[in-house]
Amino acid sequence: MGTVTPDVEIRLFKSVLRLRRAEESLAALYSEQEMRTPTHFGVGQEAVASGVCEALLPDDVVYSHHRCHNHYLAKGGSVAGLAAELYGRETGCANGRGGSVHLTAVDKGFVVSSAILGQTIAVATGSALAFQMDRSSRVAVTFFGEATCEEGVFYESMNYAALRKLPVLFVCENNLYSTESPLSTRQPTGTELCERARAFKVTAEKVDGNDTIAVFEAATRAVESIRAGNGPVFLECMTYRWREHVGPGFDHELGRTYRTKAELDKWIEHCPVKLAGERLQSRGIASEAQIARWTEEVESEIRVAVLTAKQAPWPEAQNLFDNIY
Amino acid sequence: MRELKYYEALSEGLVQAMERDSSIFVTGIAVDYASGIFGSTVEATRRFGPERVFDSPAMENAMTGICIGAAAMGKRPMMVHPRNDFMFLAFDQLINLAAKWRYMYGGNAGSVPVVVRAVVGKGWGQGATHSQSLQSLLAHFPGLQVVLPALPQDAKGLTIAALQSNAPTVILEHRTLYGISGPVDEAYVPTPIGKARVVQEGTDVTIVATSFMVIEAMRAAEELAKEGVSVELVDLRSIRPLDEETILSSVRKTGRLVVADTSWELCGVVSEIAALAAEKAFHSLKAPVRRIALADCPAPVSMSLEAAFYPKASTIARAVLATLGRTHSHLGDIDLADDFKGPY
Ligand SMILES: Cc1ncc(C[n+]2csc(CCOP(=O)(O)OP(=O)(O)O)c2C)c(N)n1
Ligand SMILES: [Mg+2]
Repeated sequence: MGTVTPDVEIRLFKSVLRLRRAEESLAALYSEQEMRTPTHFGVGQEAVASGVCEALLPDDVVYSHHRCHNHYLAKGGSVAGLAAELYGRETGCANGRGGSVHLTAVDKGFVVSSAILGQTIAVATGSALAFQMDRSSRVAVTFFGEATCEEGVFYESMNYAALRKLPVLFVCENNLYSTESPLSTRQPTGTELCERARAFKVTAEKVDGNDTIAVFEAATRAVESIRAGNGPVFLECMTYRWREHVGPGFDHELGRTYRTKAELDKWIEHCPVKLAGERLQSRGIASEAQIARWTEEVESEIRVAVLTAKQAPWPEAQNLFDNIY
Repeated sequence: MRELKYYEALSEGLVQAMERDSSIFVTGIAVDYASGIFGSTVEATRRFGPERVFDSPAMENAMTGICIGAAAMGKRPMMVHPRNDFMFLAFDQLINLAAKWRYMYGGNAGSVPVVVRAVVGKGWGQGATHSQSLQSLLAHFPGLQVVLPALPQDAKGLTIAALQSNAPTVILEHRTLYGISGPVDEAYVPTPIGKARVVQEGTDVTIVATSFMVIEAMRAAEELAKEGVSVELVDLRSIRPLDEETILSSVRKTGRLVVADTSWELCGVVSEIAALAAEKAFHSLKAPVRRIALADCPAPVSMSLEAAFYPKASTIARAVLATLGRTHSHLGDIDLADDFKGPY
């Protein structure tokens, strides 16, 4: 594990491609007003999920926050389970009870995502505690946004994880915004989140979060260090959310002015899927035709998933009280 | 009287209070956005600017403590939570400190007049963690005032009252209310905290309702009037302090009580009111009290389950008829379609 072989590069590309196509398709369908669940699309941020999950083993566990589709899919969650959840069907990954922000695929190691900022940072730390108690080499990972580094639970969890040298990887997706608030209104100028982590004796690294290879390599180093018993690692991945905070639209088309189309365009130029695809081609690992075939494969998984979801049964009112305790 | 929407009434109350009292400031996530908490903070942002209306990082607990500290030094902070559910993170500061400040220091440390506003989500699959309404929990604690304006007049009046009060006060606002219109006084007049409103007088059955359930109860009462049932509707407005007198005198008059709230039944507001009637108006009751509350499970996302989860106007009307020993089959028609459109 750890070296960037052509196989790894292909898997990384196929992963970001799958995430992108799934999110784009679901975003397009969202406008039909049939997915009645507030949805935070992860378009533009795929490389973080794909790069980190490629560095993990199947029995490592992943947690996520409100913007969770990428992490769920990258750890092996099915598009079918996601689509059906968005359509509120009984066949959804949370049986239509949780919605877009409460996904689960425990058999794939994606434990849960949750919508209240910071919760899963502590929860992943707790799973890491369990792994340490069991003398297991498993690693727990938690994905969260940079705004969550403003919540107290982040610091409490880092302190504890470092104190006990817990096998947890904190992955911060820094997309520069918290809903419509830029970093400048929330964190002091010049803030380096990695410095904060290091102050807690947590190993920290900052990477280009749109570069699948860079994320994969950093995550691999992190996971190796964690498995070696050196304690937690904090990974800050710089990236950008293309669509509006919640919902399928683009801010500039909706008249919002908190960020500019020019800024978005700059990040679209630095698209993680495009970068990974170009790299495959320039290194002669895959041809354009091969990429087109992969794209078709992914599209067909999504088509079937959506079609099946739309025809799937609704939860029945008589089952409203299932699974309370 | 001229009409305002609920959000406009909130805004007018806030702006008028800020004009009169320069110690008031507003913070919380998204308060200075163009969308301004359903429009309710837009005018305050425009008028008073970033010195008095400013966004907050994601830091609910510390920001509540910061508001308490500012209040201790003479400010009147208003902190807004875009959802009730985020307020759980602030409970330590709010309940362990703000609610006890005056009493615990023997009245010698002054008071901390913090106003907390929090939105209750409903519709579009808000789900288990974006739809809770915390009045029962909050009202449990002596030292905290808890109000739920239902009508635009009280949205303004309770905002003013909260900003004038020396006690920490939580205002819970149901999302479905922001677009509702009603007459609102132009003058700067507080709605007394701890006083219920008799929305309509009647003789057969008392409905005591809170927040959005007041609106549902108004629809129910209108339909019931056609059936010859005279409903007295009491809008509780304030949970703590509770206006026992208005509730009891209505129950003593009608002898029948239906209670409807936007949260759950167990240890909830509906149960408190039912207990009050059982204890202090027992001999006036002609039928068992009926409690209308959320289905006893976390809020599901799926549309098919959401429909079964929330009580509606017809649920209230049926309960009223049940207290009269009657049934009716066509009441479903009175329920509003859930036409809320996402994405949030
Ligand atoms: C405790 C809490 N406070 C506020 C919110 C509302 N909220 C939901 S997402 C969000 C923005 C979070 O930004 P960030 O963590 O950077 O993630 P991003 O949305 O950028 O991916 C906020 C403030 C919440 N869900 N939980
Ligand atoms: Mg962010």
